[in-house]
Amino acid sequence: MKIVAIIKRVEDPEIKIKIKGDGSGIETDAMKYVVNPFDEIAVEEAIRLRDTHGGELAVLCVGPQDATQQIRTGLAMGGDRGIHIVADNLLDPLTEATAIAKVLGEEKPDLVLLGKQSVDDDQGQVGVMLADKLDFAQLSFASKEESLESDNEKKKVAALKVADGRLESVREVDGGLETVSVSLPAVVTTELRLNVPRYASLPGIMKAKKKPIDTKNLADLGASEGNIKILKMENPPTRQAGTTVPDVATLIDKLRNDAKVI
Amino acid sequence: MSNVLIMVEAADGGVKKSSLSAITFGQQLAAKRGGSFDLVVIGENVGGATDAVKGLGAGKVYVFDNACFANFLPEAYTSALSKAVELSGAGFIAAATSTTSKDVLTKLASQLGASMASDVLEIVDGSQFKRPMWAGNVIATVELSGDKQVATVRATEFDAPAAGGDAAVEAVDFTVDLGGLKTEFISLSAVESERPDATVADVVVAGGRGLKAQENFKLIEDLADKLGGGVGASRAICDAGWVPNDMQIGQTGKVVAPNLYFAVGISGAIQHLAGMKGSKCIVAINKDPEAPIFQVADYGLVADLFDVMPSLISDIK
Ligand SMILES: Cc1cc2nc3c(=O)[nH]c(=O)nc-3n(C[C@H](O)[C@H](O)[C@H](O)COP(=O)(O)OP(=O)(O)OC[C@H]3O[C@@H](n4cnc5c(N)ncnc54)[C@H](O)[C@@H]3O)c2cc1C
Ligand SMILES: Nc1ncnc2c1ncn2[C@@H]1O[C@H](COP(=O)(O)O)[C@@H](O)[C@H]1O
Repeated sequence: MKIVAIIKRVEDPEIKIKIKGDGSGIETDAMKYVVNPFDEIAVEEAIRLRDTHGGELAVLCVGPQDATQQIRTGLAMGGDRGIHIVADNLLDPLTEATAIAKVLGEEKPDLVLLGKQSVDDDQGQVGVMLADKLDFAQLSFASKEESLESDNEKKKVAALKVADGRLESVREVDGGLETVSVSLPAVVTTELRLNVPRYASLPGIMKAKKKPIDTKNLADLGASEGNIKILKMENPPTRQAGTTVPDVATLIDKLRNDAKVI
Repeated sequence: MSNVLIMVEAADGGVKKSSLSAITFGQQLAAKRGGSFDLVVIGENVGGATDAVKGLGAGKVYVFDNACFANFLPEAYTSALSKAVELSGAGFIAAATSTTSKDVLTKLASQLGASMASDVLEIVDGSQFKRPMWAGNVIATVELSGDKQVATVRATEFDAPAAGGDAAVEAVDFTVDLGGLKTEFISLSAVESERPDATVADVVVAGGRGLKAQENFKLIEDLADKLGGGVGASRAICDAGWVPNDMQIGQTGKVVAPNLYFAVGISGAIQHLAGMKGSKCIVAINKDPEAPIFQVADYGLVADLFDVMPSLISDIK
């Protein structure tokens, strides 16, 4: 099976984001970058599927030059080769999906895995748009019934079931868990509960240095600027500082008589 | 400017409360753009939802009521929505943020070559909106352009819609051959609960890893039941399988804004705050006085939850 996992370079979610004084963007001094956490889950599932069914795993990223670091992380986890579409970060999802579709149209993968959402722009659009552009089946919010502390998870069993040209998975939907089956080729977006991604091992990191990365330029892929522009960024409204209460009786009294919420 | 079309979701014989908030968005946006708004309902037996939304000032309600929409399939729903866009001539299509709208509106946007703003918090003008980025650490003002524009809307940021004139209801004769689709529905295992859903409840009691073990989630449920509230959870305990995933509150789970939110044994990671910071009154119970949850709490109780929850549950009403 030919699998492509798509990853994005994002600001480390552990680091506090600060907005530039003029609201034109965020401060990037001393910023650390990581693979978007949802995409790490996509890479992990892709590795498990390749190891179960055989085949090849390419790791694709649209991002600045430095994004080769994140591609190397994907390769160190177990990807076979990289594809780097060089572009600025924070593009419009439609632009990204169009560019990725252009490349994957030639790659002709059986399965594309990516995160349900990137934790920088929080748009949650690229996967669905990519499926549409490729005319592949779309399966979003892939998850599994077993918990991340189950035995199967410890044994790194793939949650997505692939057989006879179809893929079956549980999806996390509002109000419960849905099970669907899609025809391949398909685009699958990942939820947090699909798996626990592995860390890159030291030998993995060494090997990754020798794996090939194919570089392309966004400008050559016919993806025009999208129709969404970020005009400014500002801080969210802050909440007024609250008070600490010494005991349950005081808490109940405050909720009843000050806040009047019970 | 062209019309606004709002996709309405049916639930339990009526309309989803979040869809009513999306209609408010539609009313506001139509006023800003100087046009009118239409509604579209897709599903099977959606008469209740249609009745619930037809008196809210829409021009038309397009109803796709057909057995082929009994289960959610992205291709089927998107083709119906696309038909509704054609019928209404809408230039702006929106719905409340949900797992359905994230699938359907995004696919529609791709088909229309339209740019899309997810999880809109506020209308700035006819094509400028505020939306969260970086787990709500940043509020961005974005501008959409082009003759088709698409958005999902954060329901907790919009009140219930004002009543308005009666809409003309148009039943659209439209069937999708499910055999020809790439996706096949197999089953849905719904989370059964007597409690109100956290996204609509007045009170939400949420628990985190501080509960130590699955069986202690009962403390959360008992407090919620005492107050007629809903329950929620941090990612940590959803991942651990203590509670259904559907209960996760935060950046990548549900967004709630009840009158009263209890965070019990939850540290208050930025990703969790992103889903509950809009609550009117926040109570935090945590034994670590440095826990970040106290920075957003109106009332903080620094205590071992196992010491204080029993008396809180018994004395609160
Ligand atoms: C991409 C991404 C997306 C995420 N999305 C979400 C999301 O949507 N929602 C979400 O919640 N998280 C999300 N997270 C996870 C988030 O970063 C935190 O890891 C998580 O919220 C922590 O859960 P917790 O507060 O229950 O656990 P912990 O951080 O372990 O906190 C437990 C708290 O319980 C307290 N405690 C322990 N024992 C007691 C006791 N006996 N009495 C009182 N207090 C006690 C401790 O002091 C501590 O503060 C996301 C993370 C990433 C990377
Ligand atoms: N620049 C990018 N490069 C690679 N993948 C991306 C990029 N932007 C978004 N994605 C993928 O699309 C998913 C959803 O992103 P978004 O629609 O931006 O929330 C992410 O989890 C990534 O897998």
